[in-house]
Amino acid sequence: MQDKVLEKKLVRPAAGAELIRFEHLYKSFGSKHVFEDLNLSVMEGEILTVMGGSGMGKSVLLKCLIGLLYPESGRIIFEGQDLTELEEPDFLYIRRRIAMVFQGAALFDSLSVGENIAYPLKEQFPKMSEEEIAKRVSQKLQLVNLPGIEAMRPSDLSGGMRKRVGLARAIAVDPEVILWDEPTTGLDPVSARVIDRLILSMKRRLSCTSVVVTHDLDSAFTVSDRIAMIAKKKIVQIGTVNEMKSSTIAEVRSFFEARRPTNVVAAGAP
Amino acid sequence: MNQNLEATEEAESLGQVVQEELEAMLPFTAKLRRAIEQLGEVSVLLGRTIARAVRPPLGLAAVAYQIEVLGLRSLSIASLTAIFAGLVLSLQFAFSMARFGITYTVGRVVGLSIFRELGPVLTALTVGARIGSGIAAELGSMKVTEQIDAIRALGADPIKKLAVPRLAACIIVLPCLTVLADVFAMVAGSVVVKIEYDIPFEQFYRSAIDTLKWSDFTSGVTKSAVFGLIIAAVGCFKGFQVEGGTEGVGQATTETVAITSVAVCLADFFLTKLFLSL
Repeated sequence: MQDKVLEKKLVRPAAGAELIRFEHLYKSFGSKHVFEDLNLSVMEGEILTVMGGSGMGKSVLLKCLIGLLYPESGRIIFEGQDLTELEEPDFLYIRRRIAMVFQGAALFDSLSVGENIAYPLKEQFPKMSEEEIAKRVSQKLQLVNLPGIEAMRPSDLSGGMRKRVGLARAIAVDPEVILWDEPTTGLDPVSARVIDRLILSMKRRLSCTSVVVTHDLDSAFTVSDRIAMIAKKKIVQIGTVNEMKSSTIAEVRSFFEARRPTNVVAAGAP
Repeated sequence: MNQNLEATEEAESLGQVVQEELEAMLPFTAKLRRAIEQLGEVSVLLGRTIARAVRPPLGLAAVAYQIEVLGLRSLSIASLTAIFAGLVLSLQFAFSMARFGITYTVGRVVGLSIFRELGPVLTALTVGARIGSGIAAELGSMKVTEQIDAIRALGADPIKKLAVPRLAACIIVLPCLTVLADVFAMVAGSVVVKIEYDIPFEQFYRSAIDTLKWSDFTSGVTKSAVFGLIIAAVGCFKGFQVEGGTEGVGQATTETVAITSVAVCLADFFLTKLFLSL
């Protein structure tokens, strides 16, 4: 019943139009203020990367969008609906359409890979047959290039494989938006590039909108249509990769230039 | 003039003493306030868990799985504790009563002690520490690895999925283990007094059965169901509250053992008062 009410309110915009809008967002944890008047728009079909230093609230932004955290004030508009007005049960319909890939994959240790991917299907579509669920699980594992590992346990997987299974679980219900929380953190460069290719392939094959939170510059430059920079508790700049690279804003420049000394040291190291 | 000065000095020293006393009391009052707050939070979680439990789907498979994990795997510790409690209790009573030549009442006293008190309380303290800390550690680990966030993000309710089966399992498991512990303790007690004091089995059990009323048994079993509820509620609450990575998990586990032990003893006192007044 609630889903039907929400369904009427939500109007899917055309490609390139505004899909999600954060308006004057304020969020704090006790005395620590994370956002003060944060504003950001995400366009339909784009890959938007949110960058910023550790503890700047990048993951908090994603969690506010999916209803895992609530902002103190401000609005989060998704397809015309203010998500900050919704109560926990109302988020079920939103979570069918916005999926999240967690930083550590957050796979359920007590379930097999297949059961992990089937989990959202069983929760959100209780009448779906076991055959249909098994078919979808197999399809999603193929999409992330891990066919036939349904019976394996999460503890048997490498870091990269865990993230790919986490993605398969997130896309099991065919969401329109995928939120990626630090998708390449903790991975070797080869696995990180595999994840980058998956982010791009989700856009190409599923026409998904992606919001990627990362501080991996290589990954951000590879996958992003636009990059937004969080600093001073708000978005200080948003633009294409080239616009960000030529930014004159001090916070953006210092973030992008921070890796150069590391490279110099690495090159000169014995 | 001198009197005024002395009065001022006295007042200052009194003020200083009061201030020192207040400062000494502040950590205690802060702790007391936090304890009351946490009691309220546990009650809220318990209320939500019960509300979710009665809402379909009932998730009986998850409850059965938790009964196996929490209950069957606690059988050995519950049995061993009960056997040794029965041995020691029977020996102590038989030793004391032998002085007065009333060893024929040992079964009666041992039976009452075990069925009313020792069975439920010992089981709750030993098994409860194991179960409660296990729940807190499992849920705490899920919290720090974002699995609880993932449950919500995938469209499910963590209270329904995690707290309800554990609470239901504990309420079922604790009384079952208590009945088992009662039986094991009685058998162990009867064997040891037969060997040490030559009290016949028939006399031991006849004395116990003649004295014990149905209400002695039901009060013990009801107590253990309440202890099960307390253990599950504290374990789930501490697990859901974990912050600060693996260190937080360890802290939650330790706190769960301490809180459940104290809570079980407190609840035992009030339940005993209640059952005696009925």
